Amino acid sequence: MEATYNYKVVRQFAIMTVVWGIVGMLVGVLIAAQLIWPDITLNLPWLSYGRLRPLHTNAVIFAFGGCGLFAASLYIVQRTCQTRLLSDGLAAFVFWGWQLVILLAAVSFIFGVTTGKEYAELEWPIDLIITVVWVAYAVLFFGTIIKRKTQHIYVANWFFGAYIVTIALLHLVNSAELPWILGGGATAWWKSYSAYAGVHDAMVQWWYGHNAVGFFLTTAFLGMMYYFVPKQAGRPIFSYRLSIVHFWSLNFIYMWAGPHHLLYTALPDWAQSLGMVFSLMLIAPSWGGMMNGIMTLSGAWHKLRTDPILKFLIVSLSFYGMSTFEGPMMSVKTVNALSHYTEWTIGHVHSGALGWVAMITIGSMYYLIPRLFGREEMYSVRAINTHFWWSTIGVVLYIASLWIAGVAQGLMWRATNPDGTLTYSFAQSVNAMYPFYAIRLIGGAMFFAGMLLMAWNVWKTIAAGRAVNDARIPEAVQA
Amino acid sequence: MDAGTLSSIVTVLFFVLFIGIVWWAFHKDNRNKFKNAANLPFEEEDDGHGVRRG
Repeated sequence: MEATYNYKVVRQFAIMTVVWGIVGMLVGVLIAAQLIWPDITLNLPWLSYGRLRPLHTNAVIFAFGGCGLFAASLYIVQRTCQTRLLSDGLAAFVFWGWQLVILLAAVSFIFGVTTGKEYAELEWPIDLIITVVWVAYAVLFFGTIIKRKTQHIYVANWFFGAYIVTIALLHLVNSAELPWILGGGATAWWKSYSAYAGVHDAMVQWWYGHNAVGFFLTTAFLGMMYYFVPKQAGRPIFSYRLSIVHFWSLNFIYMWAGPHHLLYTALPDWAQSLGMVFSLMLIAPSWGGMMNGIMTLSGAWHKLRTDPILKFLIVSLSFYGMSTFEGPMMSVKTVNALSHYTEWTIGHVHSGALGWVAMITIGSMYYLIPRLFGREEMYSVRAINTHFWWSTIGVVLYIASLWIAGVAQGLMWRATNPDGTLTYSFAQSVNAMYPFYAIRLIGGAMFFAGMLLMAWNVWKTIAAGRAVNDARIPEAVQA
Repeated sequence: MDAGTLSSIVTVLFFVLFIGIVWWAFHKDNRNKFKNAANLPFEEEDDGHGVRRG
């Protein structure tokens, strides 16, 4: 039998990346509109802000980002290990299992079922399914690495490996919870309560929360970066040795940055300072990695002019650099005193989530999708370029408006009169947000429109090509 | 041994381990090994062309 790669599971995940991207961002646009027009969803409880907001975050992170990562990691691990996935059955199980988790999540959020832990809102039955699917994914990924034909394990796989192991650890620890029926509850069998209490619960939650940012939204997407940037630029990574130091320093430092979400809370002061110091140190590996990606283009900068996929990839790295500079700054206690609980935080998150995560995913999908359908390139390269500009302008509008909004909000909240009373009521600070919310909505809608353009382009590419299930593994392999 | 001493020891061990990793990454004996590793994505022909079956 001819040796082949499993492209089927990669294709399934790649298509669902686009689908869930559209769903997740549509919900985002909707809740951005709700902030301006609170009655826009006719006061239906299922579409209220409190239920749609976790639906938005989970959909874009775990459905859009997650499917993108499954597609990229399962493609890269095969091509850099020059071997087929460990098991086709396991691959199919991971795909359908993950789609089931996404659907259950969407339904439970709309019905208001939540643990109330940010980015870990899913209740225990879904948590258990996630665990099973994730273990299957780990077996599939590491099993493929074990049967590799190459001697070395390419660095992108290291990043994916760290992501898989760490997410398993985070999920198990933070989702430790007691189902209500075991505690004697007769109703709402799906309800559970956290295994931790008080400030311990807060610390476990933000250890989880920030490492979800660190290992889901950073490390894993760096794995994408270390493969697709060199491939699209047509030259190896700027410094492989820097990538090794990048990998280990991220892993050593990220784990400790979580407490910066709990500055000025009941968390002990030493733990707050620890979180702040480790967050500041993160600038070094983050910028090292960003430079490594961008400098890969050195000597081939002209490609940026003509190749919109490369534009997506390189601009995503610029946003990565921006948000990993901004993040450590915001974790400094005095800056955090102004920025925390304001719109600035939301702007910062979207600088990373739209600018970095979404744009590198979009670029990677534009690389992958033609190959998965037996085409040399997307149906319309011009449309990719248009998509790039809509996305870039959309992100810039989004984050710039929320910077201004956040700083204004923070200053209004802390302003006092000479007699010590507050200068502004809370409602006044809400009122000041309207113009910025409008600009944010326009930026978000532009980004969303770009995804629709992508969907059209993908549709046309599929129509012109044919689905590739098994791709031949090239013979010419040096040991 | 109390938790404070233990965590101090672990911190120092991890620091030394990290220095070791940097030394290993930049050691001149490993230069060629890593150069080859960097070329892993390019060892096979690009699949952007019609080289596969459906």
